[in-house]
Amino acid sequence: MATGQLFSRTTQALFYNYKQLPIQRMLDFDFLCGRETPSVAGIINPGAEGFQKLFFGQEEIAIPVHSTIEAACAAHPTADVFINFASFRSAAASSMSALKQPTIRVVAIIAEGVPESDTKQLIAYARSNNKVVIGPATVGGIQAGAFKIGDTAGTIDNIVQCKLYRPGSVGFVSKSGGMSNEMYNTIARVTDGIYEGIAIGGDVFPGSTLSDHILRFNNIPQVKMMVVLGELGGRDEYSLVEALKQGKVNKPVVAWVSGTCARLFKSEVQFGHAGAKSGGEMESAQAKNQALKEAGAVVPTSYEAFEAAIKETFDKLVEEGKITPIKEVKPPQIPEDLNSAIKSGKVRAPTHIISTISDDRGEEPCYAGVPMSSIVEQGFGVGDVISLLWFKRSLPRYCTKFIEICVMLCADHGPCVSGAHNTIVTARAGKDLVSSLVSGLLTIGPRFGGAIDDAARYFKDAYDRGLTPYEFVESMKKKGIRVPGIGHRIKRGDNRDKRVELLQLFARTNFPSVKYMEYAVQVETYTLSKANNLVLNVDGAIGSLFLDLLAGSGMFTKQEIDEIVEIGYLNGLFVLARSIGLIGHTFDQKRLKQPLYRHPWEDVLYTK
Amino acid sequence: MARKKIREYDSKRLLKEHLKRLVHIDLPICSAQVTESTDFTELLEKESWLSQRRLVVKPDMLFGKRGKSGLVALNLDFAGAVEFIKKRLGQEIEIEGCKGPITTFIIEPFIPHKEEYYLAISSERLGFNISFSECGGIEIEENWDKVNSIFLPTKSPLTDEAIAPLIADLPSEIGKKIGNFMKGVFAVFQDLDFSFIEMNPFTLVDGEAYPLDMRGELDENAAFKNEDKWGNLEFPLPFGRVLSPEESFILDLNDKTSASLKFTLLNPKGRIWNMIAGGGASLIYTDTVGDLGCATELGNYTEYGGPSEEEMLKLARVILDCATANPDGRKRSILIGGNIANLTDVGATFDGIIRALKEKKSELKEANIHIYVRRGGPNYLTGLAKMQAVGEELGIPVEVYGPEAVMTGICNRAIEGM
Repeated sequence: MATGQLFSRTTQALFYNYKQLPIQRMLDFDFLCGRETPSVAGIINPGAEGFQKLFFGQEEIAIPVHSTIEAACAAHPTADVFINFASFRSAAASSMSALKQPTIRVVAIIAEGVPESDTKQLIAYARSNNKVVIGPATVGGIQAGAFKIGDTAGTIDNIVQCKLYRPGSVGFVSKSGGMSNEMYNTIARVTDGIYEGIAIGGDVFPGSTLSDHILRFNNIPQVKMMVVLGELGGRDEYSLVEALKQGKVNKPVVAWVSGTCARLFKSEVQFGHAGAKSGGEMESAQAKNQALKEAGAVVPTSYEAFEAAIKETFDKLVEEGKITPIKEVKPPQIPEDLNSAIKSGKVRAPTHIISTISDDRGEEPCYAGVPMSSIVEQGFGVGDVISLLWFKRSLPRYCTKFIEICVMLCADHGPCVSGAHNTIVTARAGKDLVSSLVSGLLTIGPRFGGAIDDAARYFKDAYDRGLTPYEFVESMKKKGIRVPGIGHRIKRGDNRDKRVELLQLFARTNFPSVKYMEYAVQVETYTLSKANNLVLNVDGAIGSLFLDLLAGSGMFTKQEIDEIVEIGYLNGLFVLARSIGLIGHTFDQKRLKQPLYRHPWEDVLYTK
Repeated sequence: MARKKIREYDSKRLLKEHLKRLVHIDLPICSAQVTESTDFTELLEKESWLSQRRLVVKPDMLFGKRGKSGLVALNLDFAGAVEFIKKRLGQEIEIEGCKGPITTFIIEPFIPHKEEYYLAISSERLGFNISFSECGGIEIEENWDKVNSIFLPTKSPLTDEAIAPLIADLPSEIGKKIGNFMKGVFAVFQDLDFSFIEMNPFTLVDGEAYPLDMRGELDENAAFKNEDKWGNLEFPLPFGRVLSPEESFILDLNDKTSASLKFTLLNPKGRIWNMIAGGGASLIYTDTVGDLGCATELGNYTEYGGPSEEEMLKLARVILDCATANPDGRKRSILIGGNIANLTDVGATFDGIIRALKEKKSELKEANIHIYVRRGGPNYLTGLAKMQAVGEELGIPVEVYGPEAVMTGICNRAIEGM
């Protein structure tokens, strides 16, 4: 390792595994630093190609997306940093492929939980090929005013607060990513700020070590002093002790190893980081602090005294004239994202869609406020779900059972009705399920299946106006309108539709009132006197009984009932029900491998 | 997720199974595990050698120096072994300052032997340390100068040449046997993601290597690659760690999520309680309370990272329950601290804590709880304002600090007036 600068103001990275937020944060940092080029040259998203839109200041830019590491490296030969956001399962393999690319010099691995043996392979490869691995289990690192890895240093406010948009004089390295951010703030408070900061990650075997980076910082002329935050566990700090003892570091090092609390715990404890474990005496925070102190580092008596020790060391360098004062610059304002502005209550934006029947945002989806778990636990049926999503209320079980009976009765009416016929023809033309289904559904209208709504409308109007069956039927006849819900192609007065009988039986047993149905029956009695096929058909039965359901349940206002009848709820019931049959016909034809349907000439009257 | 010690029983089970698979060495070792739930009749049916051979019994609880502590029984018959175990099962013992009950034993055939060899492999950053000695056994520490070690860099194969310095002093026939055995153990080590193996001692039975005592440590991070190879494996707690119900609850929660949730109860009667975000910061807060001379007042060690609101609620509930369990009129403090977050939404994390605080209003008041908050990062102002507001709403003293304050400053505030 050793040698010096890893990054500069022109460093570009390839970003593995598309993650919008960290990339955007990198680009925002770039803008803040006045970089001319974005620090992310390309994105690698296995299996995807194209572009990702992101902001570079006020402007939107399109960053190329590649499906393989090799393709990305070939397309962006000057990008020499590889930022790996792969999961712990695949981070090692993708990092190894990246290290093997001649254009890649630095690989940062964010994932926590990479197997040790895999990391060791990366370390060995990097060492023999002069490359640098940062991580795993890290947030990354930052060179102030130049280049930032992923989420390092957090929000823009924090970056501004810590003056990370311009270089200072302090090189910082820690194990903990969270604490690195804290320390940028601390260091900015008592010095001229960070030149570069690296979090090596909390694993037992980090890709690069505390001393690797300290030795590198020692070679960077702009770094005037170094700050190290170590942790109990492992022996990493001792390589720094060795380097100090051998005189390899000629700039002041202020160091603290946390974890002095470990002696409070009686048995072995695994702390937050994998590498932070109370092992032998050598690995204790106390022993490491002592060794660092003896090797010549400035070691405070506690973390609380760390800040003062950094300040003292920096002030001394200033006194000695070793620090050139920094010309302060004012970073540009980053336009705030709409989402975060809304979240913080600074702006408001109108919504474009309103929805009142369901909500999928919480722990589980809700239908009209009823969570999915109670729908399942209470043994609700399709009728109850229809009641929630269509009527936005929980109707009594007899109502929802009635809805279910209607769905069952209307699900299919054989292959010859026009809807089913269209579906069959379409399926046989080799079309897909949805096409076959909708070709049948599109047939539903005033002549096919659309009579339930009309039956309900006319029966309701006639009953509510107090018309006798005679007045009603004759007034319709005068207008030239056939009474919807009356009449059947086959059924007769002495051979009633079984479906109608079933509905009537259910309603008479369960409904508190069946006044609309009784009215429809009176109308039927009158029409039967005119012709034997003018029976109450299934549309008429459903239409009138639905009126009874709405009025009798006591759960709808008069206005609501009018609206339900008006906007076509009952037709919806037919469409829903018949979809079941039409889907069945589609599958049936496909299963039977039926060829294209062609209507026979013989069945067509060709005429002028 | 880190290096985890496994029981001797599992170490030997893995070694036997995979030596055979990888290098066709068939170790003639047998071992049986006994816990409180063992049915001895069933065990005898499954492991018939138990009634046919003289036996060794020892606790299998991740602690060493068992022989020196008088916990190993040699040359027993099965009845004798059962009697030895029954007398000790559940008995509390103290090993190097750690107290705990003995819950698990291992029974093996008694092997009279002369030679006691030592073998250890440990995974290091740049390779492997392999140590061998002809003078193994319980006096190994006294004979440490007789241990030979080699360092094998990552990716280098373990060749006869590499092994040579370890076994140079052995007669060539024995050296060859032991060298082959080492190569086999090393193959298992690598293939199964061990981070440490120690046999102290192993001996020779009919000229073949035979491990008598064995310790192993696996890299838990590699579990996803080794599900089949490791089989049904338990990662026991270190000896002496007996989990309180609250600790088991949080451990269980931690195992089910990608978030990190850690809770260790230190002193149920303590008056300073931690609710700290971040692996690094949690250590430093705990250090600081100790540095301020209040280590004995520390109730817990807690670390969390990336929890959902619901998970945070559950963790906070446990901490608040413990913190308020022993009211005595004196001031108690809860530290809700953390570093300046890189990406955690502080406001959202605090929502879970606030829900727990509201639930425990009367308990908090009764225990004279003072709350000290320090956090920075995304949305921290919202989070701090909510914390301040909930303090006023519940009538509990709450102080909040942002990134402008020193991270551990609230430790001083918490201790003041205690």
